[in-house]
Amino acid sequence: MRLWKSWIVTQKDFAVFRRKRYILYSLVALPLILSLLLPGSLLIGGAIGQMPSTLLASFFRSEETIFIILPAILPSVIASYSFIGEKLEKSLEPLLATPTTDGELLLGKSLSAFVPSLAATYVGGLIFMVFADLLTYGRLGYLLFPDWTSAVLFVLAVPLACVLSVEFNVIVSSRVNDVRAAQQLGVLIVLPMLAIYILGETGALSSGPIELLAVSGILLVADIALFYLSRAIFQREEILIKWR
Amino acid sequence: MIETEHLTKKFGDVTAVQDLTLSVGEGEVFGFLGPNGAGKTTTVRMLCCLISRTEGHARIGDYSIEESRDRLKLQKIVGFLPENVGLYDDLSAYRNLEFYGRLYECSESQSRDAIERLLKMLGLWDRKDSLVGTFSKGMKQKIALARALIHDPEVLFLDEPTANLDPESAKTTRDFILELKKEKRTIFLNTHNLDEAQRICDRIGILKTSPVAVDTPANLRASLWGRKTVLHLSQINDKILEALRRIGFGEVETVGNRLLLKVTEPEKDNPAIVSAVVGAGGEVQFVTELRPTLEDIYLRLVRRETE
Repeated sequence: MRLWKSWIVTQKDFAVFRRKRYILYSLVALPLILSLLLPGSLLIGGAIGQMPSTLLASFFRSEETIFIILPAILPSVIASYSFIGEKLEKSLEPLLATPTTDGELLLGKSLSAFVPSLAATYVGGLIFMVFADLLTYGRLGYLLFPDWTSAVLFVLAVPLACVLSVEFNVIVSSRVNDVRAAQQLGVLIVLPMLAIYILGETGALSSGPIELLAVSGILLVADIALFYLSRAIFQREEILIKWR
Repeated sequence: MIETEHLTKKFGDVTAVQDLTLSVGEGEVFGFLGPNGAGKTTTVRMLCCLISRTEGHARIGDYSIEESRDRLKLQKIVGFLPENVGLYDDLSAYRNLEFYGRLYECSESQSRDAIERLLKMLGLWDRKDSLVGTFSKGMKQKIALARALIHDPEVLFLDEPTANLDPESAKTTRDFILELKKEKRTIFLNTHNLDEAQRICDRIGILKTSPVAVDTPANLRASLWGRKTVLHLSQINDKILEALRRIGFGEVETVGNRLLLKVTEPEKDNPAIVSAVVGAGGEVQFVTELRPTLEDIYLRLVRRETE
């Protein structure tokens, strides 16, 4: 596996994405909404001043886990284009005729969905944490973020969720021919992440670092399983004959 | 340069290519003809290692299509123009070619020089920074041709390079292929255009799942059609036909005032024919040779195969 070959494919995809406005808007809008809207909602009606300190801290800590959903949503926007776009432009045949292995192409394509999604999630997460700290420091007297939960969330759970979403979208893209259908099906991978967030919100699952470590372990196992499945599907003959 | 031996491809129960054995020499332009679904594209895909073969063997240069360790080396010496150009509409012509130059492992300077040379040859250098999405079909086809040549391949596979092009673009593409022929590049050309094959190719192969015939256009013409002499007379009568029958030309086809005779050696047969006709009182206006087009040969072969 020559990583530089995969990177050539990724760079080309980045150049194409720069001209796709809906991809850029998706990458910017969703992280911004989540990072500003959630903490900002407490400013309405002066709620932040009336909340007890412990409740204020637990509110922000539980809201933080919403950033596990973001890396599941964003790759579906990009990966569905990344793979189906090649199908629609009928560019897979000349691409596969180059001295590049299937694994290098798959990695290149996956990176082009993974890198911007992860970067957008990190930027959104950073804005959320800084904004939350700005809002709460006066009341709490200490910085709420970063903490162990955010460390586990952003270092382990978020990248693993992102990988899972990319792999799931590779599989979905291999079965449908339409970008919109791929996006609609690809976004189904959000459901398990949404479940984690809702369980945390309802108190059924504590959203502490230990619990997030366990979630990361499950995501890792799922990543490995989907990796083998996506590799089995991404075969050049399959792609050329069946991806019509 | 290209050798196949009993090459076969099956998709489940459907046989796309059967028992294809052929050889294309270095610097040769080989035309591959056949009706839709005859297996031309499947053959090229197998030779470019895009799909696997079911049976048989094939080599390009020193590399075998069956050996997975040869695949990347083989693809480095091969250039491929697919039926669908498959360019990135959101990238410029230059960026499209540069991307492929990097994938074919050209150095930056090699890639830059090749792009400039090819785009200038194809008359598109001044549009190098325009998005490919704004190009006409003919311009896109030229960019796709440049892409196939970006790494200076030894062997070039062209799948229907002039299909769906307007006559002017088709001519430009054809002229460019003729330029490549002068460079002594090995070219494997899939085409429906018989006139194009006749003009460009050194040899042609006619495929209908399995190969029907492989030879030069002239040899195919001679072996399948024979040679025919046409005599234009002022009028034809039984006396003339009887005179021809006497010298061994019993099977004479008459079309208006023309006589069509199958000859083996026109240099010897034609004077005897003219002399017999004149001797029988005939008045010969012209003597010509009937040359079948490649289309006549193709249709005869394909129809014979169907029957």
